[in-house]
Amino acid sequence: MAESPAKPGNRAGDPGPARLEVADVTKSFGAVAAVQGVSFPLFPGEAHALVGENGAGKSTIVKMLAGVHRPDTGTLRVDGADVEFAGPADAKAAGIAVIYQEPTLFPDLSVAENIAMGNQPLSKLRQIDRRTMHDNAEKLFRRLGVPLDPTRPARGLSIADQQLVEIAKALSAEARVLIMDEPTAALSGVEVERLFSVVRSLRDEGAAIMFISHRFEEITALCQRVTIMRDGRHVATELVAELSIDDMIRKMVGRDLSALFPKQEVEPGEVLLEVEGLSREGVFRDITFNVRAGEIVALAGLVGAGRSEVMQAVFGVDPYDSGTVRFAGRKLKAGSPRAAMAAGLALVPEDRRQQGLVMDLSIERNVTLPRARKLARLGLLFGGTERRSAQTWTEKLQTKLGRLSDAVGTLSGGNQQKVVLAKWLATGPRLLIVDEPTRGIDVGTKAEVHRLLSSLAKDGMGVVMVSSELPEVLGMADRVVVLREGKIAAELTRAEATEESVMYAAMGQKVSA
Amino acid sequence: MTTSTLGAPAPHRSFVGGLLKTRELGIVLALALLVAYTAIDNPRFLSGQSIRDNLLNTAILAVMAAGQAVVVITRNIDLSVGSVLAISAFTVATMMSANQDLPMIVPIVVGILVGAVAGLINGVLVRYGKVPALVVTLGTMYIFRGLVYSWAGGDQVNADELPGPFLDFANDSVLGIPWLVLIALVVVGGVSLMMRNYRIGREMYAIGSSPQAAELAGIKVARNLIVAFVLSGAAAGLAGVLFASRFGTIDASAGTGYELNVVAAVVVGGVAVFGGSGTVWGAGLGALLLTVISSALAVLDINQFWQQAIVGSLIILAICADRLVAVRIARSLRKRDAHV
Repeated sequence: MAESPAKPGNRAGDPGPARLEVADVTKSFGAVAAVQGVSFPLFPGEAHALVGENGAGKSTIVKMLAGVHRPDTGTLRVDGADVEFAGPADAKAAGIAVIYQEPTLFPDLSVAENIAMGNQPLSKLRQIDRRTMHDNAEKLFRRLGVPLDPTRPARGLSIADQQLVEIAKALSAEARVLIMDEPTAALSGVEVERLFSVVRSLRDEGAAIMFISHRFEEITALCQRVTIMRDGRHVATELVAELSIDDMIRKMVGRDLSALFPKQEVEPGEVLLEVEGLSREGVFRDITFNVRAGEIVALAGLVGAGRSEVMQAVFGVDPYDSGTVRFAGRKLKAGSPRAAMAAGLALVPEDRRQQGLVMDLSIERNVTLPRARKLARLGLLFGGTERRSAQTWTEKLQTKLGRLSDAVGTLSGGNQQKVVLAKWLATGPRLLIVDEPTRGIDVGTKAEVHRLLSSLAKDGMGVVMVSSELPEVLGMADRVVVLREGKIAAELTRAEATEESVMYAAMGQKVSA
Repeated sequence: MTTSTLGAPAPHRSFVGGLLKTRELGIVLALALLVAYTAIDNPRFLSGQSIRDNLLNTAILAVMAAGQAVVVITRNIDLSVGSVLAISAFTVATMMSANQDLPMIVPIVVGILVGAVAGLINGVLVRYGKVPALVVTLGTMYIFRGLVYSWAGGDQVNADELPGPFLDFANDSVLGIPWLVLIALVVVGGVSLMMRNYRIGREMYAIGSSPQAAELAGIKVARNLIVAFVLSGAAAGLAGVLFASRFGTIDASAGTGYELNVVAAVVVGGVAVFGGSGTVWGAGLGALLLTVISSALAVLDINQFWQQAIVGSLIILAICADRLVAVRIARSLRKRDAHV
């Protein structure tokens, strides 16, 4: 770390000039503005928290600072001078080290090599000086107080140890800015403490730290300053000491609710899905809830809380260790999507590209894929049957498309989502599980998807909606089940569910009256 | 494996232990067994001439394997090397038959350049065309081969058209070591050194180990990939010169099917097919093993048909061994971590 004149005692007061400044930065991907006009400074000797809901634009900021993305407008300044990063190498050269949520080590190389990569000590003829390289790594580990063997391969390291190696990497590069994107998400309490003591000592030595976390207790324990983002915009940058957790949450969620998602009132019918005590080692524990016909139940919570995993286990894509899933009174066979489909469940997965659609196949083929067997005559699919069925459903969903024979990949995100929905609705399910149904699609299509879900519920279908978008959850759901770190944190009725109550439950804070 | 080594100067402590665990030792052992068995059956297998033949036959394969190993370590593959060998061999042979007095260094340099250009094309297509190397080099394999066919037609360059010194080169020796073998040793040794002790070499391993992490770490992935393909191409080009010199008769079909022998040598030599691990000298040993197997089978009077089956089994064995070793290592590391 650079020997800069840090004044640890001075943190709350005038912090001096910023080491790194984000100035009015904007970044769009296609038509979606991920970050709009965000500014904040990172001061030496200070840890700065960046908070916001999922999709608020935090990761985009990280990637710009890492040199992966370039801002469309606005500038980044290091020590007061404008910088432009053509790639990650430039950011590294400017003294910025990034620790990603998923560590990015080279599994086949030794820990020492991972630390020294690109910066290896050289001896005669510019050969790598292995002895010095290993000694350096050992010195770093001693300084960090972790007993890691520099000669072992990075493969097989625990996430916590991988993160420590990443920190050692930052130290060896003499990084002066350390950016950590949710480093604690996968760590246990002890590991978090160890990480924090390391980060604290770096901070006190004068490094500027940017820390992203969803856990408020960590932010208050580590950070002096906090920047809050919402929907890609900058909301506030304040001293942590001057802000209560309540204030932070309010600033995070306080958007105007102009876009309402009304669900029609429906008298709930019989119980369709009963999940009882469902557990999977290390993923989720003791999940119990039910869904009635005509009801929309939202599964809310932060990314990584285990929402999708629960529903995939219910549908039989993933296994579970204990608990039962009943559908319409009958026990559902575990680990068999085929049985789930036969019983009348349908799952629209989160990741359209990976799980929901075969991008290169035609629209009609995609729509009829799960029913190919049923539509086939003597084991052969005839274009006519396929086309008629696809026609019916795409029309019902008002999908905008050229020809049914076009590849699905050519459609816009919203229309792709409609094709996925069509595909599953055509199987005639009684319970529809949708995972992030409106992620990455425009507002207009979003409303259509909401209207569709609402009318399906009205016709007596049960709907389970996994969603990270609070307005969607609040607008659509009859009941909200909030998950936090694999457990049910709260089950709220429509009346009880507000932005605050859901966020409090998701973050593990008590509801203040 | 021992637990933490903090405080103890660790680096070279495990050199012998490390050597014992390497895949290369397995190949050496297999080689020794094979040679011993064959020699007991027929002592002439160990005669000077027989050893010399084996080494000469290995040389061309080993040169190409050295280049291929670099490409495979970056999690790519170069299937065009057989065709590149043909282009280089035919270019050099045509040139030499027209200019009888050129010193030997000229065809060597020309062959390497021809191969390097072919490798550059591969590298640029893979990197900037964003097409998988398997597809690109399968394509260029046919394209380069097609070029030689259209250029050579049905012609071939015969030994009597080539200058004597060029043909003698393959059989001449310095200090008792044939030139071909010496060149192979230099190439395998040099590339091994680059991959082991130089930054660019370690970056190749890093790229193969995790391409995304390599980009994020600021490694010049584009430059390195192109270097890898140029190296492989240049090695195939050099191999073309050696081929022309050794066999004297070159037509458009020269080196057909070599690409698979080269890939086999690399994989048998312990380079992981998914990149990131293995050594260049291991690939060289792989080339030696494959060559010795085929000559041993001939000596043992076993049907040549079996040779291919045996090579195939070796490849599968090599890949299974990699998998097994990886699982073992992961398990022992986990156990060790549990004690910390």
